[in-house]
Amino acid sequence: MNLYNNFFFVAFPYVAVIMFLIGTIYRYRATKFKYSSIASQFLETRRLYWGSVPFHWGIIFLFFGHLTAFLVPRYVLLWNQQPLRLAILEITAFVAGILTFLGLINLFYRRLSNPRIKKVTNYADIILEILLLTEIFFGLWVAYAYRWGSSWFAVVIAPYLKSIFEFNPQTDAIVMLPLVVQLHIIFAFLILLLIPFTRLVHLLVFPLSYLWRPYQKVIWNWNRKKIRNPKMGWTIHKPQNN
Amino acid sequence: MDVRSQTAMLFHLDKCIGCHTCSIACKNIWTDRKGAEYMWWNNVETKPGTGYPTKWENQSIYKGGWKKDGKENISLRGSGKFKGLLNIFHNPYLPVIDDYYEPWTYKYLDLIESPQGDDQPTAIPVSLLTGKPLDIKSGPNWDDDLSGTPEYARKDPNFENLSPAEQEAMFQLEKMAMFYLPRICNHCLNPACVASCPSGAIYKRGEDGVVLINQKVCRAWRMCVTACPYKKSYYNWGTGKSEKCILCYPRLEAGYAPACMHSCVGRIRYLGVLLYDADKIKDAASAPDNELIEKQLDLILDPFDENVIRMAKENGIADSTIFAAQTSPIYKFVKVWGIGLPLHAEYRTLPMLFYVAPLLPVMATLSTTDNATQAGKLDPIAKFWDKNHLYDTATESIWGTIEQARFPLQYLANMFGTGNEEMIKSVLKKQLAVRIHRRSITVGDIDKNLVAKALIDVGLTPKAADDIYYLTSLAKFDDRFNIPPAHREQALEMLENTGDLKGSNGFGFKEAPMRGM
Ligand code: SF4
Ligand code: SF4
Repeated sequence: MNLYNNFFFVAFPYVAVIMFLIGTIYRYRATKFKYSSIASQFLETRRLYWGSVPFHWGIIFLFFGHLTAFLVPRYVLLWNQQPLRLAILEITAFVAGILTFLGLINLFYRRLSNPRIKKVTNYADIILEILLLTEIFFGLWVAYAYRWGSSWFAVVIAPYLKSIFEFNPQTDAIVMLPLVVQLHIIFAFLILLLIPFTRLVHLLVFPLSYLWRPYQKVIWNWNRKKIRNPKMGWTIHKPQNN
Repeated sequence: MDVRSQTAMLFHLDKCIGCHTCSIACKNIWTDRKGAEYMWWNNVETKPGTGYPTKWENQSIYKGGWKKDGKENISLRGSGKFKGLLNIFHNPYLPVIDDYYEPWTYKYLDLIESPQGDDQPTAIPVSLLTGKPLDIKSGPNWDDDLSGTPEYARKDPNFENLSPAEQEAMFQLEKMAMFYLPRICNHCLNPACVASCPSGAIYKRGEDGVVLINQKVCRAWRMCVTACPYKKSYYNWGTGKSEKCILCYPRLEAGYAPACMHSCVGRIRYLGVLLYDADKIKDAASAPDNELIEKQLDLILDPFDENVIRMAKENGIADSTIFAAQTSPIYKFVKVWGIGLPLHAEYRTLPMLFYVAPLLPVMATLSTTDNATQAGKLDPIAKFWDKNHLYDTATESIWGTIEQARFPLQYLANMFGTGNEEMIKSVLKKQLAVRIHRRSITVGDIDKNLVAKALIDVGLTPKAADDIYYLTSLAKFDDRFNIPPAHREQALEMLENTGDLKGSNGFGFKEAPMRGM
């Protein structure tokens, strides 16, 4: 049992985080041309709408929900002190979970049934979608069967995750959890590990900086003013647009 | 004044024969790849017609270009910072591949390998997307030469403000006229594609104004496809990156004309440098509709003006480029003679590809005649009717063919004059004046006073008319394409530091163009 726990809740999370970091840096530097969300809307747009929109907004909500509970568990507990507020939070999160799940099912069905989309599907896409489906399914199950997740996340999971990042992993509480909660955690790290090696890389480059850059962009490959200045040395830095 | 240089283009529509050689030249070099089969960075459309992608000019469908907000500002119609990021998971205005066409090939092997039988074997079309047999429903120039057809020509978005009577007139068999419209990326001064790209992958190259997409930065957010009102940014469904016309910059840097221009059979294409004032771009792009073209042409600076030359040099523009601007055929057509106009200036991207509007579909008036009595009067050699002309190209008044044009000028005005008919008239009259002038010289059957009056009317000197004639009809390769040296010794360095890569295995793009993981 101890071996099992140490492997899945201590060793594996570290492996996942390290692989994620190394993989991300490698992918970003070495395979820039393949770094893309490889959207397929151009081939099929109607079904994508019913899949992509609920999935993405749902998962963004869930992601930030988990992140808040991890970063500021105290405030989540404070919020949850009133039963009404707890109910609002839990119901919203559960609805977001359902939306994400249904959206992803739609996307998965589209991927397998549309002959055009099938052509641009590879194994990584399928594995990833199955993993995500399972992960969201576990999440929904946990939320439904072991209430109230938003509260006990703050007291059980948040300290565990914090201990991981403090290089002092404490798994005592985790090992007591029901199996599906454990699976939800393990799958989460597995997905984290896979981010750099799948199309999920696109979430790392969500173009928020668009909001503050000027609309137009002009790049001079050669600053002719500078290269004519005899005082200037040879520059080895090429202008780049990222 | 912030002087910059732009490699600009001009297409003379009267000369385009619709042969599509340009499209093929481009396709063979740049888009003959998986995911790009459907792309035609250069395409030629029949007008009136719906074009490629279907009805691309209808911005209520495609939401391309800029629109005016209030007095001062413009905003992107279907993308932009907030709309773009909100619609990033599903862009409601993204054209899909069926708006262009589903690319296909034929199963040629069947021709050879089919078993012996009673019928000729056929090569059935198969989709290049799915590999399955395909019932071809559209193609890149599907409405080629189909002017007048209800399915295509009548759905042309440029008919919007034409009266039903005017529209009908264009579809009567005897009155029908058409022309070809070759299109490439306009390498705009206020490019909507650049502005719409969330990852900032698209940029305008400072040196020559070519608009490019960095393939390593594009992340398939596909907003440029929506934003470009000319639909000249294409999404490669294979690699998950957008692509567009690069104005053959590797050729330009080596001193060659772009492939479409080099191969143009009708010699309709011109390329040269324009100097412009980048400080005025915003002002010009947000001008009221009726001043748009005027303001856009005002951006273009006089390359002989000493002040302009000084400021250009200060901005690091090479002497060779300034010289090219002074000898630029585009400058002559657009600024000196004033017969080059941008296509759909109302999209406010300040396109740098200009068109000489076609005179031919306008010329000739028609009168209804009784065919039976006419038949006898046909001159068998000259093939014209001596009286009661059915197809009359003779002119009683000088501008008769333009004043009573066979083709509603409003249609041309919608394309090249932001709806202003007078602008088109002036361009067409100038062209007609050149013809009258040249005819008086070569045939000599026109009254000298009439010729002089025609030229004065349009404000051209005989010398200018001769120059227009020369550049239109006789110009040699080097007159049509005035490419400034990119300074070849620096050209490669525009892409990469060769010094860094000495001893390595080569320059340029080294990743296999395949779909990412
Ligand atoms: S024509 Fe379209 S793709 Fe080309 S520069 Fe203008 S907006 Fe961009
Ligand atoms: S090659 Fe020239 S003449 Fe032929 S279609 Fe193209 S632009 Fe027109």
